[in-house]
Amino acid sequence: MTELIYYVLISVVLVAIGIYGLVVKRNAVRMLFALEIIANAANLNLIAFSRNLSNSQGQVFALFSIAIAAAEVAVGLGIIIIAYRLFKEIDVEEFKSMRG
Amino acid sequence: MVDPVFIGVAVLTVGSAIISLESRELIYGAIALAISMMGIAGFFLLLDSPFVAMFQIAVYVGAVAVLVIFTVMLVRTQALFTTKEDKGRKSAGVILMLIFMASIGAIFIISGLNSQTFGNPKAPAVDFTSIGQQMLTYYSPALIALALTLAGAVIGALALARREEEIEQKND
Repeated sequence: MTELIYYVLISVVLVAIGIYGLVVKRNAVRMLFALEIIANAANLNLIAFSRNLSNSQGQVFALFSIAIAAAEVAVGLGIIIIAYRLFKEIDVEEFKSMRG
Repeated sequence: MVDPVFIGVAVLTVGSAIISLESRELIYGAIALAISMMGIAGFFLLLDSPFVAMFQIAVYVGAVAVLVIFTVMLVRTQALFTTKEDKGRKSAGVILMLIFMASIGAIFIISGLNSQTFGNPKAPAVDFTSIGQQMLTYYSPALIALALTLAGAVIGALALARREEEIEQKND
């Protein structure tokens, strides 16, 4: 049985990778990937603490969080598609104006 | 003592998370992201929560990865090769990542989380009937709000992705 601290450390590593992606990448789809990685690190923490405290509320919250993340991806990809249609580009530095 | 299965899943998850951000082609990045989500589901299985693991696989690998791959295919291929990130920003990002990792990791290691007094890894696993009970009793308003949020998000995504004639004309 792996101890809680290892799961927390893996979660820290995943959040750091996600922050690196958000800071460095200029591609909108890749920034969405980085957001997903951060959201998954949060879910991993919820489940790890829920296991160690033997409490089911962490799992309930993780289920809610996964569903919200799915909705976020749907809206984010819709925004990326319409921005691509407007600017013919998915580089976020090209999105100078967000007017229609 | 660290489980060898844990090490394997950790290497898979972190490695494919890095590949998903660093791969040259976006479509391989999407596939690597799906593999990383599978790794997270593996962690959930290791943590004795099979219900959440199956939900994670169904939502992330089943829905989100397919949605991302379709979007990548819809966007023109030339736009995917935007390697306009300069070296300075990239190295600054790597340094920021390492500083974040080291500092937050050190905080967790020296905190009381490392000692055996916090929590009990050998406690009995959570039965998923209690998850269902909690969702339908105490958290039922949250469940309804979540359903409305999902419906609103799907309708919003459909409205965003709709073809508008004026936008097409403006681009021509």
